Amino acid sequence: MDTTKQPNQFAILSRLLHWSMAAMLLAMLFIGVAMVTSLGDYYKLVSIHRPLGIMILIFAILRIINRMMTTLPPFPTTMSQLERKIATASERLLYALMLALPLVGWGMLSAGHYPVVMFGAWRLPPILPANPMLYAALRKTHTVLAYLLFAAFLGHISAVLFHTLIIRDRLLNRMAVWPIRPDKIESQN
Amino acid sequence: MSLVESDKATPAPGKLPASSLVSRLVVIGVIVFGVAFLFAYAGGWLTPRALTPTRIADRFEALNGVHPGFRRNHAKGVCVSGYFESNGKGAALCKSLIFQMGRVPVVGRFSLGGGLPYAADSAQNVRGLGILFQLPNGEEWRTAMIDLPVFPVKTPKAFYELLLASAPDPASGKPDPAKMKTFIENNPESAKAFPLIGGKQKSSGFANSSFNSINSFRFINVDGAVSAVRWSLAPLEAFEPIAAADVQSTNKNQLFDSLIARIHNHALAWRLIITLAQPGDTTDDATIPWPRERQQIEVGTLTIDRVESDDTSIARDINFDPLVLPSGIAASDDPLLSARSAVYSQSFTRREGEHKEASAISAAETGK
Repeated sequence: MDTTKQPNQFAILSRLLHWSMAAMLLAMLFIGVAMVTSLGDYYKLVSIHRPLGIMILIFAILRIINRMMTTLPPFPTTMSQLERKIATASERLLYALMLALPLVGWGMLSAGHYPVVMFGAWRLPPILPANPMLYAALRKTHTVLAYLLFAAFLGHISAVLFHTLIIRDRLLNRMAVWPIRPDKIESQN
Repeated sequence: MSLVESDKATPAPGKLPASSLVSRLVVIGVIVFGVAFLFAYAGGWLTPRALTPTRIADRFEALNGVHPGFRRNHAKGVCVSGYFESNGKGAALCKSLIFQMGRVPVVGRFSLGGGLPYAADSAQNVRGLGILFQLPNGEEWRTAMIDLPVFPVKTPKAFYELLLASAPDPASGKPDPAKMKTFIENNPESAKAFPLIGGKQKSSGFANSSFNSINSFRFINVDGAVSAVRWSLAPLEAFEPIAAADVQSTNKNQLFDSLIARIHNHALAWRLIITLAQPGDTTDDATIPWPRERQQIEVGTLTIDRVESDDTSIARDINFDPLVLPSGIAASDDPLLSARSAVYSQSFTRREGEHKEASAISAAETGK
């Protein structure tokens, strides 16, 4: 691959990671918010929530490594300097939350003296000592971060939809899973 | 890849006509607010009347008051530890390491039902025993058992209603008979369970009480065969009915003090008995007992040789969630199980974040 020039689209691995994580994160947010209010489905949902959270953690680490190793397509000319700063900051926020939420969840179960059960007899070790106040603080943090992630997600899709449907700069094509012809991408910088 | 190098970028599209702009904004609005709406629905904000773990915990607090740091139910208790010695007979039914021959450490907590941590011990109170079995591979089996033969209700909703119907009326200090009558009419399965519960003579103390899993579970063996089971702890101490002297004492902590004294005198033991369901036995209704002739298998002995106050024991900060299970033990279709797990978690989260008040059964009491 020619790394001297900027690509039109995100790298194929980046695009696959983006969409698989989008599905996992959205599922996770809905499972999380539903399970805390559920009686009948609580156990089933928690049993998915724990291993899916760890899967997201693994994907988030892979994604950050991948992000550091790939060249990004340029910002479209339709984005102002301020918009570019906001986009970069929100990307960092999303990455930070993808890492923090599973880690806080894992730490919270450790502090709450729970076994961190994945599947069958497979468990993860505790990453924090059992401590009631620590558990309570992390439990609250987990909720706050989850709402923040959901808000960031809404902001993210709002911005992309605005660009795609109103400005019509084909921003979304940069993240399309399939390859897009360069003339279908607004890439002048 | 069909991507070809091109210098040509698509020219910025022309201005959108106003009507098109509006419809496109509407599409964005529908998508973004639609997702937010679904999220709010999933989180229960649009169905405030639905029964939730929060509402059940709130009802405990409404009836008992908030006692910081204490469990919302089974608030008064004392912590214990010891070991479980498996005789290997459970291994045919269940692949869990707990049933391999050998000994594993346990921590537990004896408690009285209700949300009042300083109430005087009463003979009629439900007695509870939570146990955490620490398996050699790091897995845990947690179980929270009570001394009733069956549970008074079948569903979380009935439980929620019974809490209110059986609460003492502020005026008379006793449950309102009219409310209980309505409850029983609406919950015929409870009407059948109450006589079974009332008809069982209470023993003189914790040490000679039986404790039952109440809910059904599933055991899975190495071949993948699944059995519906319930379990009980049967005391080695001889049964004695509770006497007036055991409760009409001036000591508010009579039942706990007698347990502490016994453990100091000698280790207490219970046989763990697995009852196997037959096809057709109810597993999703904890108000219905299984027939007496069901096969029972004694799989080991639980020995309790140490007692400690809630104030100093790690067991205070353990949630005896009945669905913390090792591989080989699984939940049944009993709707109470998931609900118990959810409400215990709610209670646990509330109390862990609170300042912890001293237990009625203090370290001085358990050290005596």
